Amino acid sequence: MEATGWNGFVGGKWQKGIDVRDFIQRNYTPYEGDDSFLADPTQNTKDLWQMVLELSKKEREAGGVLDMDTKVVSTLTSHGPGYLDKSKETIVGFQTDKPFKRGMNVYGGIRMAVKACEDNGYTVDPEIVEFFTTHRKTHNAGVFDVYDPEIRRCRSNHIITGLPDAYGRGRIIGDYRRVALYGIDYLIEDKKEQKESFGTVYTDDVIRGKEEISEQIKALGELKQMAAAYGFDISKPATNVKEAIQWTYFGYLGAVKEQNGAAMSLGRTATFLDCYAERDLKNGTFTESEIQEFVDHFIMKLRCVKFARTPEYNSIFAGDPVWVTESLGGMGVDGRTLVSKMSFRYLHTLDNLGTAPEPNLTVLWSTRLPINWKQYCAKMSIKSSSIQYENDDMMRVVHGDDYGIACCVSSMRIGKEMQFFGARANLAKCLLYAINGGVDECTGVQVGPKYRPVEGDGPLDFDDVYSKFDDMMEWLAKVYVSALNIIHYMHDKYAYERIEMALHDRDVKRYFATGLAGLSIVADSLSAIKYAKVYPIRNEQGIVVSYKTEGDFPKYGNNDDRVDEIAANLVSTFMAKLRKNHVYRNGFPTMSILTITSNVTYGKNTGDTPCGRKHGAPFAPGANPVHRRDTHGAYASLSSVAKLPFMDSQDGISNTFSIIPGALGKEDQVFAGDLDVDLDLDK
Amino acid sequence: MDGNIHSIITGGTVDGPGTRYVVFVKGCPMRCKYCHNPDTWEAAGGEKKSVQEILEDYERYRPFMTNGGITVTGGEPLTQIDFLLELFTEAKKRNIHTCLDTSGIMFRRNIPEIYEKYLKLAKVTDLVMLDIKHIDPEEHKKLTGQPNDNILDFLKFLDEQEVAIWIRHVIVPDITYVPKYLKQLGTYIAHFKHIKALDVLPYHDMGKTKYKELGIDYVLKDVKPLTNDDAKKARDIVVEAMREERKRMKFV
Repeated sequence: MEATGWNGFVGGKWQKGIDVRDFIQRNYTPYEGDDSFLADPTQNTKDLWQMVLELSKKEREAGGVLDMDTKVVSTLTSHGPGYLDKSKETIVGFQTDKPFKRGMNVYGGIRMAVKACEDNGYTVDPEIVEFFTTHRKTHNAGVFDVYDPEIRRCRSNHIITGLPDAYGRGRIIGDYRRVALYGIDYLIEDKKEQKESFGTVYTDDVIRGKEEISEQIKALGELKQMAAAYGFDISKPATNVKEAIQWTYFGYLGAVKEQNGAAMSLGRTATFLDCYAERDLKNGTFTESEIQEFVDHFIMKLRCVKFARTPEYNSIFAGDPVWVTESLGGMGVDGRTLVSKMSFRYLHTLDNLGTAPEPNLTVLWSTRLPINWKQYCAKMSIKSSSIQYENDDMMRVVHGDDYGIACCVSSMRIGKEMQFFGARANLAKCLLYAINGGVDECTGVQVGPKYRPVEGDGPLDFDDVYSKFDDMMEWLAKVYVSALNIIHYMHDKYAYERIEMALHDRDVKRYFATGLAGLSIVADSLSAIKYAKVYPIRNEQGIVVSYKTEGDFPKYGNNDDRVDEIAANLVSTFMAKLRKNHVYRNGFPTMSILTITSNVTYGKNTGDTPCGRKHGAPFAPGANPVHRRDTHGAYASLSSVAKLPFMDSQDGISNTFSIIPGALGKEDQVFAGDLDVDLDLDK
Repeated sequence: MDGNIHSIITGGTVDGPGTRYVVFVKGCPMRCKYCHNPDTWEAAGGEKKSVQEILEDYERYRPFMTNGGITVTGGEPLTQIDFLLELFTEAKKRNIHTCLDTSGIMFRRNIPEIYEKYLKLAKVTDLVMLDIKHIDPEEHKKLTGQPNDNILDFLKFLDEQEVAIWIRHVIVPDITYVPKYLKQLGTYIAHFKHIKALDVLPYHDMGKTKYKELGIDYVLKDVKPLTNDDAKKARDIVVEAMREERKRMKFV
């Protein structure tokens, strides 16, 4: 294929077939300079952002939702174009026909859609409800047709939580860059070829594969229509940076119109787009100020992505996050940095538009990043508290240099890998089930199998408790994976991510993501049982509901191998148990330790634990040590976390680290005993 | 040999350049009214740790501390000078940046066997953060229970030995936040060439709870924490006095 959009680019493999990475590698300009080239916001940008701020204010005053669609199911083509102020917007497109009006996504589950409306004071058109209850099944209905009593008990007793069985699973990143680089027509041709490539031996997999690709082709066609409604023909490759941003955004917009997923991430777009920006700067097509304006307007749009959700959902996720994660920077496998001027422009939106949690700007951190970029990141972090950092040096080994982050930590090669999101299992509760023979310590219900409980008045014997815990983890892993198998089967069947998968290769690697919660609590509890004396306290029914601990014990978070090894082993052990199970669609099982926002909820639903934590006390976030138990400073705490084996928790390990600015160094250089600060005594 | 250690904090950011491995020792002869570590006053009750043990532990954090090093503070580190000397000597063999955070109260120039040790220590110490509590001898006694003559002599000693010095000075309302004393301090320290920085610390009362736990009366309970703006003002006064004094010295 030849295209005018490609003039001036270095050709290569990317022109013979879809290969965005090859395009980037041949055409990007690594940038090692500083931030002095960045442009201020234009008047139009300021005006538009003011309108967004006013709408946000109105939305808050209205109790969280300004407007919702109750009649039209959101699809790629369901709504006409929407604008803030058409004359001022350089990048356009909203999920519905006006900004801040939330679309109605029903394929994940009609009940959730109805509830999201009701909780916000709206009523879904009864005809829609009737149609999606009687005539067209949703994901949620499919799942509950198959769930067994054991899975239901695990859900309602909160040992398995947050399962995406009633809402969109998310965590799939379409390669939205493909829309800009190739245009829709080429993508459709490619998909048609893929469809034929299955051959004519019609196994289940082939039938499903061909049907899905047909859906993808239809979705690509609809994306073209959606763009046409805004006056753009995206059938051919983008010809300049403005179009490239717009085409890429249309790809993403299609995804958020079609899916209300738990995390709808953007990918790794900045340095890709910089190839266009550099070309345009060289040709004099656009100025730096114009390019920054496009970026500002693009980011503004990303900040306006909204979904209809219930208060319960928002309480699990602490707000109403979309997780529009964009992965920035990192290093290439050839040693060049992937930081470009566009990486700076993205972060610069935090200045031009002010700070915001979305998009979730995530810096892929390497020790080898250019010093100017590191300093700029640090500066913007201090200013905005809005930047997330992840370890590129570790992930590059697994994923190469064109991966992105979905949600907060889930890494995947863009367009080549996806994830089946799987929430998490509460390992702290699992330990309590082991002690109580499968009886829930809060509800008294026999949730797990009736294994032999711990007998007597203690002190608890480590080997005895651990062997029981090991059996209980085996059980939990099986129920958990079973639930996820059902969920992902039904999601593929009833709420398939057509446009996101259209922007993937035919054969994708599917990470089957699981997660665990309560790591530090279990580690400390086992340490307490092993190194101190822990006596069980029983209620009238004989259920152990509390513990009395005598003596001290090593606590996770102090770089003490005695307990850190317990934590690391827990991760490997539970992962090994998950791997033993059959996994839907040849998924590749992974695990995460990243409960960032739901720790309060976990705490409420988990009884007293042997480490001394009381019923209701929140869990520590992710892989964090229990609050205030890490007493040896930051590096000791981080070192404990760093011992957790990444390959057994490949979907991510998170550590939330809060520090008051004063403790990071003196507040102002005037105070600093920084040796660089010259006293300047001779002036 | 063993040190008597109160605690160790990894990743300290306010106790010297870069991020540091901070060793808090037990024991201090001073009783500064604003001290925020009264739990380190008593020499008894610490944990014995050998030089070897500490440095091996340090190695576990070396990758974090490319621009940092080890800081010994307390308590008063110079109450355990033999331990300190061995620790820093061994640390320098391992190419670790060494920083001593001290009041200088233990220094004695006129006792040969002590002075000998200080001469050795100066060779293995990269930086001394010298906390001058008060420039006025009488006020110093009131504030800390000790005279400041040996402290000021220690400053002179460090300068002679060409050890890099940071002067630290806590600004307390009505006690050190007094222009007369701040000027006096600036004029005095202007004479020492190896002062690399002046670290002015606004008084805070975050140590209060420790006093309560220890059952010690907190005498500054009515003193309000100093604002950063006032601390900056105090710093400007000291620096200005230093400048004037150095100008004057040029003419002399």
